[in-house]
Amino acid sequence: MTLLEFIVFLPLLAALAILIGAPARYTALSAAILNVIAVLLVAIRFGENTLETLTPSFMASSRELLASPKLSLAFAVDGLSLVLVLLTVIVTVAAVLASPAEGRIKGSPKLYYVSSLFISAGALGAFLSTDLFFFYAFHELALIPTFLMIGIFGSGENRKRTAWTITLYLGVGSLILLAGLLALFFQCGGQSFAFSDLYESVNTTEGNPIPGDAQNSTFLLLLIGFGILISLFPFHSWAPPAYAQAPTPISMLHAGVLKKFGLYGLIRVAMPLLPEGAAHWQTLLLVLLLGNIIVIGLVTIAQRRLDTMLGYSSVMHMGYVFLGIASGNAIGWSGAALLMFAHGISIALLFALAGSLRDRIGSLEFDAIRGGLAKKAPALGLLFGFAAFASVGLPGFANFASEVLVFFGGFKDMGDGLGALQIATIVALWGVVISAVYMLRAYRNVFKGPLADADANASWSDLTVLEKTPVLLLLVALMVVGFMPNLLLMWVTPVMESLTLFGR
Amino acid sequence: MDANTIAWLILLLPLASAAVILIGTRRAAGVSALISTGSVIVTFVLSLVLLAVPADATAQPLSWLNLGEGLTINIGLLFDDLARGMMIIVTGIGMLVHLFSLGYMKDDDGKARYFAGLSLFMFSMTGIVLADNFVMMFLFWELVGVSSYILIGHWYNKDSAADAAKKAFLVNRIGDFGFMIGILLVWVLTGSIYFDEIAKAVGGVENAGLLNAAVLLVFCGAVGKSAQLPLHVWLPDAMEGPTPVSALIHAATMVAAGVYMLARVSFLLVEAEGAAHAIALVGGLTAFVAALMATQQNDIKRVLAYSTLSQLGYMIMAQGIHHGSEAGMFHLYTHAWFKALLFLGSGAVIYACHHEQDIWKMGGLRTRMPKTFWTFAIGTAALIAVPGTSGFFSKEAILEAAWHDESGFAKVAWALGIAVAFLTPFYMVRLFVVAFLGKPRTDHAEHAKEVGAIMWVPLAVLAAMSLLSPVLMGPLKASGHVAFHLFTPTGLLSLAGLVVGAFFGWKLYTGRDSDPISIPLFANRFYLDDIYQGIVRVFQDFVGLTLDAIDRYAIQPLTTRGPALGALGLGYIFRAFQTGNVQAYAFLFGLGAVIMLWLLVF
Repeated sequence: MTLLEFIVFLPLLAALAILIGAPARYTALSAAILNVIAVLLVAIRFGENTLETLTPSFMASSRELLASPKLSLAFAVDGLSLVLVLLTVIVTVAAVLASPAEGRIKGSPKLYYVSSLFISAGALGAFLSTDLFFFYAFHELALIPTFLMIGIFGSGENRKRTAWTITLYLGVGSLILLAGLLALFFQCGGQSFAFSDLYESVNTTEGNPIPGDAQNSTFLLLLIGFGILISLFPFHSWAPPAYAQAPTPISMLHAGVLKKFGLYGLIRVAMPLLPEGAAHWQTLLLVLLLGNIIVIGLVTIAQRRLDTMLGYSSVMHMGYVFLGIASGNAIGWSGAALLMFAHGISIALLFALAGSLRDRIGSLEFDAIRGGLAKKAPALGLLFGFAAFASVGLPGFANFASEVLVFFGGFKDMGDGLGALQIATIVALWGVVISAVYMLRAYRNVFKGPLADADANASWSDLTVLEKTPVLLLLVALMVVGFMPNLLLMWVTPVMESLTLFGR
Repeated sequence: MDANTIAWLILLLPLASAAVILIGTRRAAGVSALISTGSVIVTFVLSLVLLAVPADATAQPLSWLNLGEGLTINIGLLFDDLARGMMIIVTGIGMLVHLFSLGYMKDDDGKARYFAGLSLFMFSMTGIVLADNFVMMFLFWELVGVSSYILIGHWYNKDSAADAAKKAFLVNRIGDFGFMIGILLVWVLTGSIYFDEIAKAVGGVENAGLLNAAVLLVFCGAVGKSAQLPLHVWLPDAMEGPTPVSALIHAATMVAAGVYMLARVSFLLVEAEGAAHAIALVGGLTAFVAALMATQQNDIKRVLAYSTLSQLGYMIMAQGIHHGSEAGMFHLYTHAWFKALLFLGSGAVIYACHHEQDIWKMGGLRTRMPKTFWTFAIGTAALIAVPGTSGFFSKEAILEAAWHDESGFAKVAWALGIAVAFLTPFYMVRLFVVAFLGKPRTDHAEHAKEVGAIMWVPLAVLAAMSLLSPVLMGPLKASGHVAFHLFTPTGLLSLAGLVVGAFFGWKLYTGRDSDPISIPLFANRFYLDDIYQGIVRVFQDFVGLTLDAIDRYAIQPLTTRGPALGALGLGYIFRAFQTGNVQAYAFLFGLGAVIMLWLLVF
């Protein structure tokens, strides 16, 4: 078993152990921590590796399951997948730490922890697979526990309906994606599911052999399929209620990690293999991503609950990742990748803190919150402030560096005047104001202002050490990358340079 | 120590101070205050040392964000004369404000948080001053915004303070929106974000229209940070912060960052004439309108806040005038000292009057607080440009520059500037007479006592600087020329302004217990705040809620529930749904797997 296989299967093994009878929380936590160490080992060995390959090849392993068409359980890592795997293991540790103690879970604590581990394993498998089939299949593996968790452990009266809606909706999304991936597979010759073979098949001396029409239709399928999973406007409506009603660790893992699968897929599969299709739908993508940023941004302002608001804000921020991807150059793509990391950590951070707040005051309705809570819970107030400012894209946090890169990417290839991409970037920049409006307003309404007597005398108290740990872990990760974005960019940028140049 | 080490220490010491307080000494307020004050004293000394460093010395940049050929963003330090002079202002006034705060915030609950905020501000402001490129400046530009947010909202349990902090941050964000686009356009046009490279490349830019647009957008950043029309509304509200903060951040340094930034890129303004004209006009209008508003304010800090807006208008106006940039920076240098003095003086008054800020509830403080009175008098004299004071020289320099600029825009700006020269003495004499002279109008004023040495010594130092700063400009290597221009049209007119304005202020307000004139338009700030509030309400409540409704009742059913129901219907056909939702998914997943297998096998 290679190190990468170990990383993917460790959470599954831990889940199995829990089902057999191992103590749920400690087993899950040990596996999560062990996985962080394992990924750090990979990172160290990877070093400043700038392999000149288009598809991941470092630490490659392959177990062939089918010879024709070639289908294998194959893993490898490159700079891009390394960053996403790092994101996954960090958020997994934080999510397990943020899970309630076994005694406080209504229902089966085993199922609760096993679900988190399954999501983690699914994401890791999807990010590390170098085989199209398993790339898809691992993501499906991660979706199932999401539905279970919302339906069983979620909060709110509508949780069954929410679970049911996203079950069907993401199911439809997955099917559209599957159709797109299969179309792509056959257009690439239908001989092999291996990424390297797919790339090989379109990399001919006469250029990309897939005809333009075929590229257009396949890319559209992939854009919608991935788009549904990423909550691309207008396919976003499943996300906010799901995040608001899911148990905290599931919101953290799904919004923080799993949602990045679609973005990763666009960068890894759709854009490089179907360049003409991507160019054809460029305008549509720009319009839709502005829907994410501006329309959903304004909708976020109108939200009356903190957790739903955070859900919408997460949808909104996807627009910036799309913008980075739409720029089509290495600056924008590097920014998109960095933003996937930054957003993943910061949204997990916000959901963790919102969860702690919900545990204390019951409801996250703005009308029911009397404000001034920073006086009652200074640590919660301070940390929420950090998280809010990170999400707004303040310097010092990874989000700032990412957004700057995305904006520079948007202007990189400007001609004599403003093109569609530049205009979209300018409009998108207005979102920076919008996100500050809703975040600071929420922060002000919850934590600032006079503290009501009823709250001052309430029996709950500030964050415990146990609650602070995952929050500080995420915060430190955000700030380390914020101060030294080169740490991740040295891995990401070479990959993005070769991917954006591929096929040109 | 070489220049490199000194410059990096100046930047990083305040950051270290803020971090130590946040992580370590948060619960030991006294220690935190000393750490923060110690760090600013050391950086002040180092800034003095920096003056003596050879002109060609450079610092080793730090690679912050490196994308190889495409884009390299460094944290690089630039300490030319402009930056060195500015650092003296920032650390010098910063030091005095820290010392003053030791007294003013002695018994405050959040003292450690306050000093951590001050240190964070010192770090961020230093970053703006020493930045050698646009992105780094923008980075620290955002950070001063955060520290300003923290400090305005220091008393966060007060609704007014919490709202003011939020407002300041959001209004600045609107300016920064333009600033960022401007930076991007300058980058596209000149191929660089570094000031020295832009200066070399800007002459070769052919697309004049786009260059003008870029400069105007960059100027948006200054409009926000330096509170120019129409984004001026946050600064008066920012007076909710502790008064030493108002002195340091919202009078002397941060609000001047916009002026500093424009001076830093003055080579861009030379190439973009249209943009420069607009800048001069916006500055002149702000100076004039804010002075009108100042005449009808009753809160001592608000009068000073509007006067700050007005003086910032002068400085911005100078940046847009041909050969005016140095005069504008000169006014920034002199204004920083005397306005910090006036704010700290008002702080001493507020402290002595038990947090009373209404000038009509003061009076008679001359005999009760003589040291504050005399220093405040010197500050007032400098602000209303009494010949011989620092403010006189710098204001004259701006108006002379405007007079000598040939363009019609500059003439309009000049006329506005002259009008301000009539208004400033009027409102400042009004403030002075009502607050300090006559008889006490309340018990608080009756029993006011002079403040302790930790507070009046900084006042005395600032008073000395209000008189001497022009003389010290040479050694400070600050730009600007000290010269008498009394017998020019400009000089005579502004002298007339001083005499007439001060006379009316004196005549109308001596011995009064209430304001004899009432101009609601000025008192209500031209109703601009109310208009903005209306716009914000439309956006937040109307547009937000409308889009939310569309999202909920149109988009959601169409894109989410529609397909979901469709799939459900499909499911019923297969009778796979009767026992719950997991099966629904299992069905779809299974269907996918079957399709996949079928495709694989055949």
